[in-house]
Amino acid sequence: MSETRIVSGNFAAAYGAKLSRVEVVAAYPITPQTEVVEKIAELVADGEMDAEYIKVESEHSAMAACIAASNTGARAYTASSAHGLALMHEMLMWAAGARLPVVMTNINRAMGPPWSVWADHHDTLAQKGTGQMQFFCENNQEVLDSVIMAFKICEDEEIMLPAMVVEDAFILSHTKEPVEIYDQELVDDFLPPYDPDYKIDVDQPLGFGSLGMPDWYMDFRYKKAQAFEKTPEKIQEVNKEFKEVFGRDPGGLIEEYKTDGVDVLIVTMGSISSTSKDVIDELRDEGHNVGLARLRTFRPFPVEQFREITKGVNVVGVLDRNYTFGHGGDAAREIKDALYGHRDLILKDYIVGLGGRDLTPKILKKVMLDAISLQDKGLDKEIEWVDLRADRKKWRG
Amino acid sequence: MSEEEDIFRIVKDPKDHTDLPRTEITDCPSHLMNKTGSWRTLRPIVDKEKCIECGICWKFCPDVSIEVKEGEGAVVDYDFCKGCGICAKECPVDAIDMEKEADYV
Repeated sequence: MSETRIVSGNFAAAYGAKLSRVEVVAAYPITPQTEVVEKIAELVADGEMDAEYIKVESEHSAMAACIAASNTGARAYTASSAHGLALMHEMLMWAAGARLPVVMTNINRAMGPPWSVWADHHDTLAQKGTGQMQFFCENNQEVLDSVIMAFKICEDEEIMLPAMVVEDAFILSHTKEPVEIYDQELVDDFLPPYDPDYKIDVDQPLGFGSLGMPDWYMDFRYKKAQAFEKTPEKIQEVNKEFKEVFGRDPGGLIEEYKTDGVDVLIVTMGSISSTSKDVIDELRDEGHNVGLARLRTFRPFPVEQFREITKGVNVVGVLDRNYTFGHGGDAAREIKDALYGHRDLILKDYIVGLGGRDLTPKILKKVMLDAISLQDKGLDKEIEWVDLRADRKKWRG
Repeated sequence: MSEEEDIFRIVKDPKDHTDLPRTEITDCPSHLMNKTGSWRTLRPIVDKEKCIECGICWKFCPDVSIEVKEGEGAVVDYDFCKGCGICAKECPVDAIDMEKEADYV
């Protein structure tokens, strides 16, 4: 029987791994992710979860162990955050290059210095080129749902790539919400056991991770690129199937909220999306023709979907909870890239909520009103940092 | 099954990416597909008269490219030896000389 429990985003991730019948978990604790692996350790110790729990000395080793486990045909899972994820960087690339469907949860946390444990997306987005799919979650239910779905997408024989399911530090990781923990049999039907065609087997030895000479390396990379190109379709397909089985629609690549025929489109990622939807409702009640697109997958980047969703739109306001030094917010830049040569519109990048800075409905409303105002006055600046201490009157007054 | 057939159990004579497995999964021993001995600029030449079959070169060879056979002494596998010269340096009886590869090709 499915049951609804009040759990944190961390526990939602742990239950997602349990329901996915993960066979190997290798992890190293880091705030605010620690509870994910603590909970899994407890479930394994209590015999509620039949998995090997490997204690390792670093995040780099955690992913290395998951890679090895996955190579033997075991379903492998880990979790990390911020600096731990950064230390894992090399192995994230290895998992993708070796075409291993390892799934991990990352709790989005700001990178130091200044030292911080609070939410922003820089850690995850810094890994955008590693070959991992990236699913940004809005709430705890979606965290659990996305872990289960990620395994199904990753293990598809046409895909065979790893993924990160990410949630915002504390706002989700340590905040309890009602989450439906599904009946195990239902999940078993949806997610069959992992059984790859090639795996480490002492009776039939194979070589893994061998040298790719210049004459072949590029062709292997092209093969991986082709697999990645299939991910948007596969994600939508699995999303549809998930909806049929569990009655929930996590949103596929982009969740559209009241976007039909809008003049102004606001783009968000992660936990601020819920608050933003309330603000959208308020603005629409006040007569503004504004809607919201929640970017759920940063990798693959939903290029086609953005072209479609911006038909007839005058202004796109992108809320980036990240900043890439040298070139602004990641989401805004990638959306511009997707729209180049396809749409003639105003796009403004708002840098918001870095290092866990609070984003209240009031601030979000000011941001959206600023985007709306661009329809008449035109683009004032391409990138604006929101709620800096120097201009709080503008955003909080 | 011949050794050649065994090596290419997964991919037989691949021509482009469409023939490849999804990643570098190769049949064991995978190194047999890449004959890296062509990287060599110096070639170890073993003097069988001097060789005492002690096995020190075998032990030190970083590329597992030396076998010591009874009655034959140290035998170098030139398909894989990269000519590092460690064997020549370690040989206690100076039975190995490093000569220019160019003189042999």
